[in-house]
Amino acid sequence: MFPTPIERTSRSWQVTYQALLPLALILWLLPLIAVAIFSVKPDADFANANYWGWPSSFEGFTNYALVFTGSDMPQYLLNSFKITIPTVIGAVALSCMTGFALGIYKFKANIWIFFMFVAGNFVPFQILMVPVRDLTLQMGLYNTITGLVLFHIAFQTGFCTLFMRNFIRALPFELIEAARVEGIAEWKIFWYVVLPLMKPAIAALSVLIFTFIWNDYFWAVVLTQGVESQPVTAGITSFNAQYRAAYHLMSAGSIVAALPPVAMFFLMQRHFIAGLTLGAVK
Amino acid sequence: MAQASVTEARQSSWWHRNQQQLTPWLFLAPGILFFLFYVIFPIFQSFNLSLYEWDGLGQAEYVGLYNYEELYWDDAFYTSLKNNVIWLLLYLAAIPAGLFIALFLNQTVTGIRLYKSLFFFPFVISQVVVGLVFTWFYDPTFGILNVLLGAVGLPPINVLGDENWVTVGIIVAGLWPQTAYCMILYLTGLNAVDPEQIEAGRLDGAKGWRMLWYIIVPQLRPATFIAFVVTIIGALRSFDLISVMTNGGPFGASRVLSFYMFEVALSEYGFRMGYGAAIAVVLFLIMLAFIAYFLWSMYKEERAR
Repeated sequence: MFPTPIERTSRSWQVTYQALLPLALILWLLPLIAVAIFSVKPDADFANANYWGWPSSFEGFTNYALVFTGSDMPQYLLNSFKITIPTVIGAVALSCMTGFALGIYKFKANIWIFFMFVAGNFVPFQILMVPVRDLTLQMGLYNTITGLVLFHIAFQTGFCTLFMRNFIRALPFELIEAARVEGIAEWKIFWYVVLPLMKPAIAALSVLIFTFIWNDYFWAVVLTQGVESQPVTAGITSFNAQYRAAYHLMSAGSIVAALPPVAMFFLMQRHFIAGLTLGAVK
Repeated sequence: MAQASVTEARQSSWWHRNQQQLTPWLFLAPGILFFLFYVIFPIFQSFNLSLYEWDGLGQAEYVGLYNYEELYWDDAFYTSLKNNVIWLLLYLAAIPAGLFIALFLNQTVTGIRLYKSLFFFPFVISQVVVGLVFTWFYDPTFGILNVLLGAVGLPPINVLGDENWVTVGIIVAGLWPQTAYCMILYLTGLNAVDPEQIEAGRLDGAKGWRMLWYIIVPQLRPATFIAFVVTIIGALRSFDLISVMTNGGPFGASRVLSFYMFEVALSEYGFRMGYGAAIAVVLFLIMLAFIAYFLWSMYKEERAR
């Protein structure tokens, strides 16, 4: 388990390690395994206090079907997509521009504007809560998906700018200088030179922001209420109130709610991890 | 006609001459405006609001520092503050725990990539879901915790119903995803560890803890720094888990500032926006100490380039 490569350890430790891996994983994911098993149990198991045992019958299909047909879950899921996708597009687009400006050009206020974005991104949500809620109310956007999206875009621009600016800083600057010598307009440098090079960063940020926004709960509660505009995180809590002791439905609902970011993570794993570390490390 | 094209040429050459100064501002404008409007101004508005008594609808009444004075005598405020400190301290356990798992997984055996991503899983899932699951674990009547306690002959405990245990119980739930986060940071950091230094250390007879402490950990400094940043911010931002698992209870024992603020300003307990803003200001000032430290480290690094 140390920097000693496993190939260079004794045969017995190699075998032990191989056995420990799945064991550790099962222990680590026990909470999730529990929900997964809960979600395929019949209602009767909970009535008979068979909580942690094996399901007496496999009711996965019924439970999940009920989540989709007998609850507001589909609407919440749809809302989540309607909130998350425009936010990702908006925040990434804005930060491509701010990142380009802060990463390429030298001007006096550069570092201070950069720090404004970074600092703003670390701020506790509560200091923004009342004014932002009030603002949203005044614009007539309270309890609308648009209201939530606009705030999310603005707030995420902080983190995204940090990320993009650092990424652009690491690009070979000679390319830009060469383009300038050629007399290419600055916006064309952005569009034809820098933007194509930013593809990995855009991918990384997109998955990351997707997860952040999908999982947001605080702003969903502050800026929306009710089925028509709340995302799935807020939905699952009202689901909880509705089906208090229906653990099988709650579990199935939780899994459905968690699935999109999980799928995103698995599809774009490399980008996701690059995003987490690059955004911060540099 | 000729006049127009002359002006046009003049304009375009003016633009041509100045475009390197102007382009960054044009690119920055939408981002800055959005950010000022939704993030920077509201911070100052909250400061201002904390001097008022306001129910969110009617006329706000200026009360000066009265909200802060009230805060000074408010027991719930101190409970929240104390819990914030507990969160800060215990949450930091995610850093060594993440390092430990990263070291454990830092091997090249078949399928290790899948293991690494599965270990990262908890971080991808919403805290709302994490909170629900741990609530079931802790349930006094059927929770697996008490099943296990019973198996080793210990009396059951109602973690979320006990004032002494509740905060720790919630933090444990929060540590699960946070450890996964730190683990990923360290796994990436370990990729960059210089094998020659390890060899050199080995020749000098360093093994086990000494190797870890003197050779590996110093090289992981950047990863540790970020792990520290995200863990501190995460600890101070904790809201979702508390809201889902206990709603601040029992009797407010699991409140933290972020939750108490929400409760005061936006729940059935009342709509005291000004008082809530005062709590938020305190939380902001605590966070500001850390933010200033982070920015200062970044600034030093920028200067060193």
